[in-house]
Amino acid sequence: MDATHLDVALAVAWLRAAAASVTAETDQLTRLDAAIGDGDHGVNLARGFTAVAATLDGAGFAAVGDVFVRAGATLISKVGGASGPLYGTAFRAVGKALPPGAASADLADLAAALHAGLDAVRKLGGAEPGDKTIVDAFRPALDAFEEAVAGGAALPEVAASAARAAGEGARATVPLTARKGRASYLGERSAGHQDPGATSTWLIFQALADVTAP
Amino acid sequence: MKKFINDPADVVAEALAGLAAAHPELRVDVTGQYVARAGAPRPGKVALVSGGGSGHEPLHGGFVGPGMLDAACPGEVFTSPVPDQIVAATKAVDGGAGVVHIVKNYTGDVMNFQLAAELAADEGITVETVLVDDDVAVENSTWTAGRRGTGATLLVEKIAGALAEEGAKLGEVAAAGREVNAASASFAYALTACTTPAAGRPGFDLPDDEIEAGVGIHGEPGRRREKLRPARELVRSALDAILEAKPLNPGDRTLVLVNGLGATPLLEQYLVFGEVATVLAERGVQISRRLVGNYVTSLDMAGLSITVARLTDEMIRLWDAPVRTPGLRWGV
Repeated sequence: MDATHLDVALAVAWLRAAAASVTAETDQLTRLDAAIGDGDHGVNLARGFTAVAATLDGAGFAAVGDVFVRAGATLISKVGGASGPLYGTAFRAVGKALPPGAASADLADLAAALHAGLDAVRKLGGAEPGDKTIVDAFRPALDAFEEAVAGGAALPEVAASAARAAGEGARATVPLTARKGRASYLGERSAGHQDPGATSTWLIFQALADVTAP
Repeated sequence: MKKFINDPADVVAEALAGLAAAHPELRVDVTGQYVARAGAPRPGKVALVSGGGSGHEPLHGGFVGPGMLDAACPGEVFTSPVPDQIVAATKAVDGGAGVVHIVKNYTGDVMNFQLAAELAADEGITVETVLVDDDVAVENSTWTAGRRGTGATLLVEKIAGALAEEGAKLGEVAAAGREVNAASASFAYALTACTTPAAGRPGFDLPDDEIEAGVGIHGEPGRRREKLRPARELVRSALDAILEAKPLNPGDRTLVLVNGLGATPLLEQYLVFGEVATVLAERGVQISRRLVGNYVTSLDMAGLSITVARLTDEMIRLWDAPVRTPGLRWGV
């Protein structure tokens, strides 16, 4: 593996690993969501990512950005709920921000694309850091990603660092009171539970760390 | 989990197939996952499309038919429909006069309908959205996602549907829907959690002597948990919350909906209606129209919601207009 670029094969491997992880953690995500939402986050994401994995089969992408655009479109059309539009829009934004037509992206390109993904989620969901949402894992992951890239790290180290930060961000949602999404209807009773969206974001970043690990 | 299902993954598709078999007057697209009136689109008529998670039957598929919705898109259980579905339903019933989307204020519903409205606009279909947010159990403040849309959805669909049937224009139909929503307030109690087929276990734990006050329609926990009290006291608490949010004056005419959430018998629903009638009578408020039964449900949840709407002459006229759907039917 080229440790300085994300190419089509690696992007596909990342999304397949994310699909496997979300599927394996369906019950866990559902339990987290049942505590503060309606308990469908795991099932819905697993359905979406399974469809993503299927659509990647033999698709023969020429550009790495197309992999994410296709994944995003699939999530939007299969998941429903809030997580479908949010993750779908994020992946589409990532794909569209990658250099058009390029078969691979370097780490600076990838960081910029992830940034576009986070911006898209924040725009659609209106969430700020601390609202107990996807953003609470996504933003620290991106910060760690950018910092590692700026420090000259290679992809495995960058990805591991982002995954670690996403995990910390997800765990840090436990004491927070939700202010967005369905959990916000619970008010203070949402405190004491880890946010399911932040948790699935962590799984997705962890999947990149797993497929790039030396 | 004890349910009449085959495979949790097939519940919605198989229920739609069953709806089609039971109601030949509907056009059910099992693949596209929407329900439309047979004979749609009707040229020149404003079309009404609603949708949301499955598990709330008869909402929304059961409210498709003359006098009410033109199409409904049921998502997966407790999950909003996806944009493809909403666009397909919208295109299937657009008669050239525009389409009103009736959307309950849940984040997922709002996002998916918004994406769908943008896609429909790309295809030259004008969409107006009516957002329903009648549930006063949730504080309305700048930092929440607002109030949830619950029982008043039925009122909006019926009254706006009747107006559309008369040939009103897109803006008028949407305005009528918004007026009904603004005049309505709801509050719900859950005695038990419900079990989604995919999860296979109750959505939350509720001790035998406790209830959830202010529960939503997706089995999500309410605002607070409290000890079970006599129905009389629960109704008074609910009406206090409703009337605080939407005050009523002596002489006001209202519609009262006592709505079962799935597993509460009509015996209890009528008992509750009686308590509501007593409280409103004490305040000099008139109940001009009423509805008691399971209309906006939450699978097998025991519990009920109370909706009170202040009516105008026009709303009463439109409420009384003929309706012919699987879930609501009169005057025909």
